[in-house]
Amino acid sequence: MTTELRGKSAIVGTGHAGFGEAHGLTAYDVMAQSALAALGDAGLNLSDVDGLFCTMMEDSMPALMAAEYLGIQPRFIDGTMSGGSSFVNYLTSATMALDAGLCDVALIVYGSNQRTASGRLVTASRPPAYEAPYNPRYPISAYAMAAARHMHEYGTTREQLADVAVAARAWAQRNPEAFERGPLTREDVLGARMVGDPLTVRDCCLVTDGGGAIVMVHADRARDFPKAPVYVLGSAAESSHRQISQMKDFTVTAARASGARAFAAAGVTPAVIQAVELYDAFTINTILFLEDLGFCAKGEGGAFVEGGRIAPGGVLPVNTNGGGLSCVHPGMYGIFTVIEAARQIRGDAPGIQLKDIDLALAHGNGGVLSSQVTAILGSQNTL
Amino acid sequence: MQDAKRPDQFFQRALAEGEILLPKCDDCGAYHFFPRVLCPHCHGSAISWKKASGKGRVHTTTVVRRKPERGGDYNVCVVELDEGVRMMSRVEGIAPGEVAIDMPVTAFVGEAEGVPAVLFKPSEG
Ligand SMILES: [Zn+2]
Repeated sequence: MTTELRGKSAIVGTGHAGFGEAHGLTAYDVMAQSALAALGDAGLNLSDVDGLFCTMMEDSMPALMAAEYLGIQPRFIDGTMSGGSSFVNYLTSATMALDAGLCDVALIVYGSNQRTASGRLVTASRPPAYEAPYNPRYPISAYAMAAARHMHEYGTTREQLADVAVAARAWAQRNPEAFERGPLTREDVLGARMVGDPLTVRDCCLVTDGGGAIVMVHADRARDFPKAPVYVLGSAAESSHRQISQMKDFTVTAARASGARAFAAAGVTPAVIQAVELYDAFTINTILFLEDLGFCAKGEGGAFVEGGRIAPGGVLPVNTNGGGLSCVHPGMYGIFTVIEAARQIRGDAPGIQLKDIDLALAHGNGGVLSSQVTAILGSQNTL
Repeated sequence: MQDAKRPDQFFQRALAEGEILLPKCDDCGAYHFFPRVLCPHCHGSAISWKKASGKGRVHTTTVVRRKPERGGDYNVCVVELDEGVRMMSRVEGIAPGEVAIDMPVTAFVGEAEGVPAVLFKPSEG
């Protein structure tokens, strides 16, 4: 997104459904409940939606399936599938479509029933041909190898990785919407079942059901809705690879580029961001993204997160809902980074509500550190 | 050399005969992997095949934990060959947890999931 699009669109509704276990519901049921929740929040109806932005885990034409299920006939759709980052990426295409008059009400929506349906990640994506024979476990083997390389190059420790999970849990414990709210210590994480060295099961995101939705309109009419509008000040993407074996530097993600462009478009720097919502599929993600987005130097992410520095009361509020590690992770988490960032700005966060938040960052990750999308959201005061 | 224009098939056939060939760009001289019809570095499409040195180092590694009754733990790693290309593989002949970053390894053609595959063993000396 360029500076010409800064503040041209706004989020006027957010919603979610089926957090945790959505017994007896299909993925599309959860998607539709999320859509209704977000539209209700915006004071709109499904019949108002003329732009649909959606992808799902189990189909290759999910936007069409979703439109059919919802009983709408959108004049603009985007079903770009870049993994969990897709929903942050849609902020860009929705802003463009709204600003160009290609649609008036944009609905970004996702749903999944992966926990109650199978208990594991379900995907229509095929394992890459030159990796599949070695039986990597997707996606954890990829993230484990990134973590191993980061530890090797920068001396990052398993204790520092564990502290990311502990901080996420501390936020989740104060969030009634979060799925995992029991106590969690560094020792619990280190002593948990090893899944893919150096990551234990507590270094990994949850497997839950759940869906989320966002309603967006053009900034010109954003103040005509019940909730305070949250403006998209900048959003940008960069894609670096698909297969983990093709990642050029296992310790540097494309978030360095997506972040720099998003900050430039928004005209702000990391120093003024008040809440940071990152796609924490694994504990190493949070460390990589804090570095690559410029919150600390490369290699210093481990020290940055250590000992509660990103937990409630720390130096930087990160993943204030509990993240994918402790709040919700229904196959793809990206949309929830945007929802939590927007709610912190609106002042109706479900858990710990930070004071006077005008600027928040949402960062989506897709594939195996493959697609990175960063968005900067702001209140009316930031226009 | 018509086969050389069908890069995936060419690579797999050589592998089935016990040979590891790597695609190398005639224009910029760089190797790449996986095989494809163009060079990902300069986007030229004149590609030759070279016998791999088989020498490389473990770039990064993990142990996939699996219950003993389902076959037990195994190694998954990414090896960087001396030619400058990386490939996913596994190191055999040592415990999966003993595979270490920067460890020198030597390629051989073995079998993975019932198909011929490039595997590695620790280099001697
Ligand atoms: Zn070339």
